[in-house]
Amino acid sequence: MTAVSKPQAQSPWARLRSTARAHRSITILVGWLIIAVGLPVIVLIPPLSTFQPQSLWIDGFSNAGVFILLAMGLNVVVGLAGLLDLGYAAFFAIGSYVYAFGASPFTATQIPFWPMLLVGAVIAATLGLLLGAPTLRLRGDYLAIVTLGFGEIVPAVFLNASSLTKGTNGIGGIYKPTLFGFNFTLENPVPYYITMVGILAITMIFLYRLQGSRLGRAWMAIREDELAAASSGINTITTKLLAFALGASTAGLAGVFATSKLTFVGPGQFGFQVSFTVLAMVVLGGMGNIWGVATGAFVIYTIQAVLLKELNQFFQAIHAPILQNIDFVQYQYLLYGIALVGMMLLRPEGLFPSSRRREELHVESEDVADIPPPTEALDQ
Amino acid sequence: MTTKLPRLARPLGIGAIALIVEYLLLGTQQFANALTLGAIYALIALGYTMVYGIVELINFAHGDVFMVGSFLAMWIMTTIFGLTGPVTNLLNLVALLAIVMLATMVGMGLIGMFIERVAYRPLRHAPRLAPLITAIGVSFILQNIIATAFGPSPVNFPQIVPADKFALMGGKIAYLNVFIVIMAVVLMIALQLFVGRTRLGRAMRSTAQDREAAELMGVDINQTIAITFFIAAALAGAGGMVQGLYAGSIKFDLGFFVGLKAFTAAVLGGIGNTTGAAIGGFVIAFVEVYATVIGYTQWSEVAVFTVLILVLVFRPSGLLGQQLGERA
Repeated sequence: MTAVSKPQAQSPWARLRSTARAHRSITILVGWLIIAVGLPVIVLIPPLSTFQPQSLWIDGFSNAGVFILLAMGLNVVVGLAGLLDLGYAAFFAIGSYVYAFGASPFTATQIPFWPMLLVGAVIAATLGLLLGAPTLRLRGDYLAIVTLGFGEIVPAVFLNASSLTKGTNGIGGIYKPTLFGFNFTLENPVPYYITMVGILAITMIFLYRLQGSRLGRAWMAIREDELAAASSGINTITTKLLAFALGASTAGLAGVFATSKLTFVGPGQFGFQVSFTVLAMVVLGGMGNIWGVATGAFVIYTIQAVLLKELNQFFQAIHAPILQNIDFVQYQYLLYGIALVGMMLLRPEGLFPSSRRREELHVESEDVADIPPPTEALDQ
Repeated sequence: MTTKLPRLARPLGIGAIALIVEYLLLGTQQFANALTLGAIYALIALGYTMVYGIVELINFAHGDVFMVGSFLAMWIMTTIFGLTGPVTNLLNLVALLAIVMLATMVGMGLIGMFIERVAYRPLRHAPRLAPLITAIGVSFILQNIIATAFGPSPVNFPQIVPADKFALMGGKIAYLNVFIVIMAVVLMIALQLFVGRTRLGRAMRSTAQDREAAELMGVDINQTIAITFFIAAALAGAGGMVQGLYAGSIKFDLGFFVGLKAFTAAVLGGIGNTTGAAIGGFVIAFVEVYATVIGYTQWSEVAVFTVLILVLVFRPSGLLGQQLGERA
């Protein structure tokens, strides 16, 4: 706000910033273009190039993209609307199985990948609506536990309904995408990478525009004070349902992409760990800030997929006392847990906070000792 | 709430009807199993309901506190007492059970207080999302500490109670079942007396009703909340110990589903209501055992979860809860 009120004597950097703010969609496109070109180049620089070859890095970036997509979707639910969804992996599972049903030898159907992206998103959103409709009337805590249960039940259903899903064995041999006669292969990670970057850029533009829209502002109003939002004429249930459905659809999209890349889907891939990891990404990145959440997801995914293993090898190579005996990969969830608690206590707005969220979350306990917090007014 | 009599008559009536229906549907043998499982769920559900009643937080880590309790009891039995098999001397057995249970309860109570102090108290005035997220974090920390210390595969729990059974009304019932149910009932009565009759219990009730007003009347809020967490975790610890005795082996992620079921029990009974939580525990255990009896073991979790959704949709205040509008 202060930048807008002082137009005179702008540095080139400040001018760039205000231009970027005025043309957000173009900025996002340019940003993703730079990232898409830059990342494969960066990994050629040591020490990154010594960890794994470039093609593996690019393959890993596509997988990271799946988590960035998940984190951006969960950010709508948790970060913007303030609803705690602990079973987010369920919608990821639904998207994955939708593609497996639509394009695998098991069901003997082959629907092309591109429309399936949309179908997966729509079906996941529909199930999100079905789950949200009864539960979003309740207070947030209940939603959290219902989604927690839902997140466990969906994989359990895919596991137990084995005549439809091949149970534990999962569905394999799922068809890979094709585009105008060009076939995606496992050997060449670049087409998946480009597709992922495209999906991410489009999703992010969509989410940014949505965030500034009437609906996005309604979400934030509900997050900050539901009662006040309702008395200002916002239909809180519909608005929350839309957030829930939109979050679910993003997860469905991510599921379709991930399955087309892995060419396999099984119930074991969608445990609570996935929901938990995505939540950690959103919290660490900064709830409510789309770029922050995307960065958080990217950082956490890279740490868990690459750096923890490298750390093990590094400490073993230099024979560091104690550290060489610790298997860091084994401790990743412990680290996430500590990170969640630590972030909430010390920096609840995340590493890359949105300015609104920071003001809202930074409540010093001494200051409010004699002022009743706004949430309590709801309960009377 | 209208007159004095229905306050006790209603829960007792609902409880009695639930028990009779359960008995008729399950028969003696399975009824004993459902009752035992229900006792364990009830002990955990009490913790959810007490904590929710006083700080309005769903303590996601509570199921994992229960799990840690069973590991603590296992550790005390094997490492301190060196127990591996059944103890045949009745006097020794009773003394051992009492000592282990007391030690587990005190140990878990302290852990519960510590968790509250570190992870929840600093966030008491923060937006509601913050303590929920730390609770999830604590849950993962507990699971991974145990997985690291005792390994990720199931660990044998010393079966110190002999597996003898006695015949009763056409079924064979293990003495362990009797012990678990009696112990749970004793603990629940003790809790009711504590909450209803003591000075600290009164402080707890007043804090749950109106924290500011209670503080103005001289109630030490921090101490009262800490005691609530102590009792909740101690009950979960007792539950964890008998779970180990009952199931024979324990695992680091055992608290997840048991916690979810116990939470369902607490909601079913009316969250914030201790009698309701106990009844809810028995009802949920019945649903689970019944699903097993009719041959749908693998769907029992889906069934329990369906119960949770149905209760939340049609009667969010639970069987015994009051209509609280926004609260439920």
